[in-house]
Amino acid sequence: MDRKLSFKSIILHFILFLGIFISLFPFFWMVVMATNETSAVYSVPPKLTFGTELFNNIIEVFESTNFIGSFMNTVFVSVVATVLKLFFASLAGFAFAKFHFPGKNFLFFFLLATMMIPSQLSLVPNFIVMETLGWLGTFKALIIPDMASAFGIFLIKQYAEEAIHNELMDAGRMDGCNTFRLYWNIALPILRPILAFFGMVTFMGVWQDYLWPLIVMTDTSKFTLMIELAQLKSLYATDYALVMTGSVLATIPLIIVFLLFSKQFIAGIADGAVKS
Amino acid sequence: MEAGRYGLKTDKKLQTRRAESTLWKDIVRSRTLYLFISPFYLLFIVFGIFPILFSIFLSFHSWDGIGDMSFVGLNNFTSLFSDGVFWRSIINTFIIWIISVVPSIILGLIIANLINSPITRFKDFFKVTYFLPNVTAAVAVAIVFSSVFSTHFGLINFFLESIGLERIRWLTSSVGIKVVIALMVIWGSVGYNSILYLAGLQRIPKELYEAAQIDGANSLQIFTKVTLPLMKPIILFTVIMSTISGLQIFTEPQILAEGRPIQGSMTIVLYLYEQSFKFNQFGYGAAISWVLFIIILFFSILNWKFFQKPKNEGKKLNHGS
Repeated sequence: MDRKLSFKSIILHFILFLGIFISLFPFFWMVVMATNETSAVYSVPPKLTFGTELFNNIIEVFESTNFIGSFMNTVFVSVVATVLKLFFASLAGFAFAKFHFPGKNFLFFFLLATMMIPSQLSLVPNFIVMETLGWLGTFKALIIPDMASAFGIFLIKQYAEEAIHNELMDAGRMDGCNTFRLYWNIALPILRPILAFFGMVTFMGVWQDYLWPLIVMTDTSKFTLMIELAQLKSLYATDYALVMTGSVLATIPLIIVFLLFSKQFIAGIADGAVKS
Repeated sequence: MEAGRYGLKTDKKLQTRRAESTLWKDIVRSRTLYLFISPFYLLFIVFGIFPILFSIFLSFHSWDGIGDMSFVGLNNFTSLFSDGVFWRSIINTFIIWIISVVPSIILGLIIANLINSPITRFKDFFKVTYFLPNVTAAVAVAIVFSSVFSTHFGLINFFLESIGLERIRWLTSSVGIKVVIALMVIWGSVGYNSILYLAGLQRIPKELYEAAQIDGANSLQIFTKVTLPLMKPIILFTVIMSTISGLQIFTEPQILAEGRPIQGSMTIVLYLYEQSFKFNQFGYGAAISWVLFIIILFFSILNWKFFQKPKNEGKKLNHGS
């Protein structure tokens, strides 16, 4: 009985680790190529071990492209967009969750309905709007249109309804808090877990966004990482070491953010789906 | 009598007036709240409603973005329907979607069940590691896959040759590139699906499994008769999500097909992008985006209808437990 069980357990873990191997292999391969010279890629059999060229490859990436600049651009856009989205989504989510006001139900239903519209529908006209406003090639085009997210408002409203107790709101009112003080002093600290989750999702989403920046970032000095990376790939297609080093550098921040908060992140993803 | 009737009338008028004034007072009292929710609606008017109306208008015009617009009626749509590349892009998008979504769901179910097994150890490690591909930038992933599947120096072809098989032109054949794109989508989405299915599995009450075992059901029967019906809502959720993202696939084919003029990887959004921003055919692009919207809408409704009945069954079972 015991042996049979452990045999079953070995098979089960073997399959799971095989899956892990496939999941991690592209990362492994990326790092192998980033730490070797390009010639290693063309060797037969292919080199499957880490090399010592990472530092040189990084310097070459920095020299042949505006990688540092686009890295800073991406950090700036991701951070600013995330902070603004958190602020506007929590304000609206809090208002929808804890107050009654005329037209509330209709306004909230309308907000939900807008989530059904695919963003590609307004790709062309929004480009023209950006052009008309003179925002082409500026960070405004990446940050402002998407600043108040319907998804974020929905997510925070659902959380706030249960998490913020009415007694606490009443106590705050008795202490003479106005609506903004209720939001700032009472709601925000309670909403911290959902804000952390939504913040992570937003940060990662903005970081790796590709189509919209590709269209509106016409100024090379304002390129984001993903655009720079695609550019690197088309310019140095055969220089794999260079392109892979760029990919590693562009991916590392995402992986770090994910690994730091993986527990909350996974719990948040699972929670959202189970509830909906 | 007259005075009474008159009085009654003024009373009613007064009431409605009072009701109006309390509504108005409510609105004024809630002005801070309207201010709180206003950013979304203001932005939606400028970057949502206006562009949508404008894209309806655009789709009936021919415009290169610089010169004058000329009204062409339904011409954009009629030429769209006789445009071979457009049809190809629709077919490609669906092929890629189907060959990626089906394996991704099946693998996701398998992995979720394996992780959920009571004898499995390192559960947190598996969850995190399987999810990792999901947070990786599609541009970087496409670059890695293009190297792994490269015809002459790719690992996969090296492996195929070393076991005596022939090289496959993964990136330059119409079938090959679809398979590579689908593999990328599967690689990125299996972990996400697994996490969701796992959350669903953990919510199924243990008593149901015990009852099925007592009734003499085997593992397969338990899976198809107990697990699957209860999981249907969450499977529906992943199907809808992957339909929406699958029909909008862009980054993977765009990066892979870069510099390779083959139509095997032309997808709807890639075609929309090329027509609008490479060839500046804004009217034509707007028409494409409307067709895309209708396709997405149609499939969302279809998915929903298809899964609705089992979903109710699942709910009933949930209540019963």
